[in-house]
Amino acid sequence: MTAKRRGAQLVMLAFAIVVVMGAYASVGLGIDGQIPSGTFTYGLGLAALMFAAYGVLAKWAPWADPLLLPLVTLVNGLGLVIIYRIEQTGQGGASATNQLMWTALGVVMFSATLIVLKDHRALQRLTYTMGFIGLGLLVMPLLPFVGREINGARIWIGVGPFTIQPAEFSKLALVIFFAGYLVAKRDVLALAGRRLLFIDLPRARDLGPVLVTWGLSLGVLILQKDLGSSLLVFGTFIVMLYVATQRTSWVLIGILLFIGGAVLAGQIFDHVQARFEVWLHPELPEFYDRELGGSYQLMQGLFAFGSGGILGTGLGKGFPDQIPLSFSDFIMAVVGEELGLTGLMALLMVYALIVQRGLRTALAARDPFSKLLAGGLSFILAWQVFIIVGGVTRLIPLTGLVTPFMSAGGSALLANWILIALLVRMSDAARRPPPQAIQNEGLTQVFTR
Amino acid sequence: MNSTLKRAAVACMVMFGLLMINVNYLGAVKAGDYSTDNRNTRSFYKRYSVDRGWITADNGKTTLAKTVDTKDAKFRYEREYPNGRMYAHVLGFFAPESARGIELNENKLLDGSDPDLVVGRLIDFVSKKPPKGASVDLTLVPAAQKIAYDKLRASGKRGAVVALNPKTGAIQVMVSLPTYDPNDLAVPDRGKVAAAYNKLADDDTDPLLNRVTEKTYPPGSTFKVVTAAAFLEADRSRDPETTVPAPQVLDLPDTTAGLPNYGGAACGSGEVTLRFALERSCNTPFGQMGMDLGWDTMREESAKFGIGEPIQFDLPTAGTTIGPEEETAALAQLSIGQRNNQQTPLQMAQVASAIANSGVLMKPTLINKITDPGGSVIEELKPEQLTEALSGEVADELKQMMVSVITNGTGTGAQIPGVTVAGKTGTAEAGDAPAPHAWFIGFAPAENPETAICVFIEAGSAGNDATGGGTAAPLARDVMQAVLEAK
Repeated sequence: MTAKRRGAQLVMLAFAIVVVMGAYASVGLGIDGQIPSGTFTYGLGLAALMFAAYGVLAKWAPWADPLLLPLVTLVNGLGLVIIYRIEQTGQGGASATNQLMWTALGVVMFSATLIVLKDHRALQRLTYTMGFIGLGLLVMPLLPFVGREINGARIWIGVGPFTIQPAEFSKLALVIFFAGYLVAKRDVLALAGRRLLFIDLPRARDLGPVLVTWGLSLGVLILQKDLGSSLLVFGTFIVMLYVATQRTSWVLIGILLFIGGAVLAGQIFDHVQARFEVWLHPELPEFYDRELGGSYQLMQGLFAFGSGGILGTGLGKGFPDQIPLSFSDFIMAVVGEELGLTGLMALLMVYALIVQRGLRTALAARDPFSKLLAGGLSFILAWQVFIIVGGVTRLIPLTGLVTPFMSAGGSALLANWILIALLVRMSDAARRPPPQAIQNEGLTQVFTR
Repeated sequence: MNSTLKRAAVACMVMFGLLMINVNYLGAVKAGDYSTDNRNTRSFYKRYSVDRGWITADNGKTTLAKTVDTKDAKFRYEREYPNGRMYAHVLGFFAPESARGIELNENKLLDGSDPDLVVGRLIDFVSKKPPKGASVDLTLVPAAQKIAYDKLRASGKRGAVVALNPKTGAIQVMVSLPTYDPNDLAVPDRGKVAAAYNKLADDDTDPLLNRVTEKTYPPGSTFKVVTAAAFLEADRSRDPETTVPAPQVLDLPDTTAGLPNYGGAACGSGEVTLRFALERSCNTPFGQMGMDLGWDTMREESAKFGIGEPIQFDLPTAGTTIGPEEETAALAQLSIGQRNNQQTPLQMAQVASAIANSGVLMKPTLINKITDPGGSVIEELKPEQLTEALSGEVADELKQMMVSVITNGTGTGAQIPGVTVAGKTGTAEAGDAPAPHAWFIGFAPAENPETAICVFIEAGSAGNDATGGGTAAPLARDVMQAVLEAK
């Protein structure tokens, strides 16, 4: 029987906050030899926020996985510290205060999700609604008046003074939709069609949904020039399809479609091809000096990784302002420089643990919808970390995406806190002991007349 | 669904595994390339993030290079050279992308990256203090360095002065002119430094060149002490009073040209003592001695003085040579320091030093001591013997003859009242140029030498009538006097 392990969760939460406060103080020491005056108040603020989240969790999801909240607190807190550190260099766009405000809102969304959503299976009934919401959010930036184009990608909408990245919320809605849809159709989709070599191909008529998602991803790519989101949504769909149908052929079809799409996009669009060239030879001066689609940012990021070494320069001792957009897509390069290989490995390990806890929830879940939803949400998180960190470290071509919980930006933070709330809700359901049937016959009294 | 979920989980772990391997690859394999890429401004900033150790002389009493804390985030510590041009060729400079001189040679200690400083560095890292380097104290004698620099500079000549303690090898004076201001090359601005450097590099008078160590010149008659040493060592029945043939012109085999004395003058009555030949610096007796001794003996004797390979030193040194073996006539010419005989001023100072130190040649050094940031001495000058160039007896006889050079011969310009000076002048033909190089080597006080010196004045900077005795000797006198007074 699973224990609630609330004590352990509290200790780990406190530990995460202590690590974050230590890092914050370390930034000040690194920059001017003094502990920042706000260390204690910010630390208390963050602690109050996270213990409030813990309170909600303890009341409304008492059986939830004890690791998720402390792990996310640690990553979110370190993100705040790194943004604060970048803000100290005067690089425009980085604001720790804004990020803290968004964190607070994120925790509110987390709590609200847990309080409102008593049973996540309610989402299954909203399958198609979620599909429409997801699609709507995805195309919103393309609409006149509300859509905004920033840094060459049309993925924003303006609401008053704020800009929102609807794709961040759209990915949540789409994963819910995929889960609901696939649970309903998985038996049909798993039907074998023709057999080719060792693989059972699906029936041709069942290719519909895959092609639709593929078309949707290509549309995002073409119309919004958003390589990252396109790859994120398509990859997640293929994996969820595989999990639901247990057919390897879907993965192969997905990979073929992806390659076809990538080649097609590369032929049509200069910016896709530019990303590819830059990935292969970022060090060439012709790419480095190229104004549009050049390798300057990538190389500056790689220089940062290189200069970090094993232990890093120490917080406050690197040069994050050398990297354009270091507070956003390239925040991992700042981690690499100032916290070194050690910090990077630790941080990647924390992400891996979050994903692993999510996948455990999926394994332990009792119904197919929960399994697929928890699996899909965990995978999309892992896939997002892989795409952006892999891109920044030149493992794969660079496509812009936020680093979950770390990059500056409100939409992503809110959406990811909701994602964690969903995982917490499902882990609570999965770990909650089932109602026990009374086993002990001896206690049963039999009356006879 | 669990089996496929497990496979998806494995895929996720593989993705994280790939990311982890890749960051290690970046940090371990590619980091070197990235840190040396000149588009990476970090290495440039990093140079200025270290509280670089100071360079001093006279046991810390004179500051030669210091670090100034500007509190700037990127260029926090800047390097300054309070004495500017005077010590340029010794100190070198600490430029944004390069370094030279002691700044280069002792860089690991100055910037704290030397393994000896690892503990302090670790403490600085953990306590987030800027890394601090060790300070280096040089053996130079500031008062004498100033005299040498001022006098040579006032004369407007190009040349080099080097003085060292013959007993320890500690360099007391090292001046090379023309010079440059290292402050111009130490500003944290790559563009400015490149412009300043290119201007110096394009200058025809070569101000960046350390004439003491980096370039060789024909040593002229100063080399005759080496020939005399070989002559005396070869047969111990010889002494300064041994007579040698001294014709007005020496016939050279296989050639119509002869070897005359300086200015075509006669040397005594045609047969003179060795002492007289050295006093007057007659060419013909030494040319004959060289031919009689042969290639092997001349090469061996030179090698004992360290000639034939670059001197192991704290600064880069050029290789020296008496020239390749060729016809016998060449032997006569190299024995008076001409033909392909090429020496650095430091090498000729070493010759004087070995004679002064009873034949024992010491390793020259600039480093007096190195002190870590905590104040404890981690390295201290330990005099190191290189070779035994001469027997004590021969050294003594050479010393007597060199004293005669100063009292009765060509070197009277180097006399110091109340001090016995030993020395030898040299006036060397510099290729086909009409003007000669002027040389002086010597030491003082002769009874108990505390300083050995070599003064070199480059051809063309002191007129066509320049001579070792007239041009170089007085400067040597002033510098030796300054060294002795500073004691």
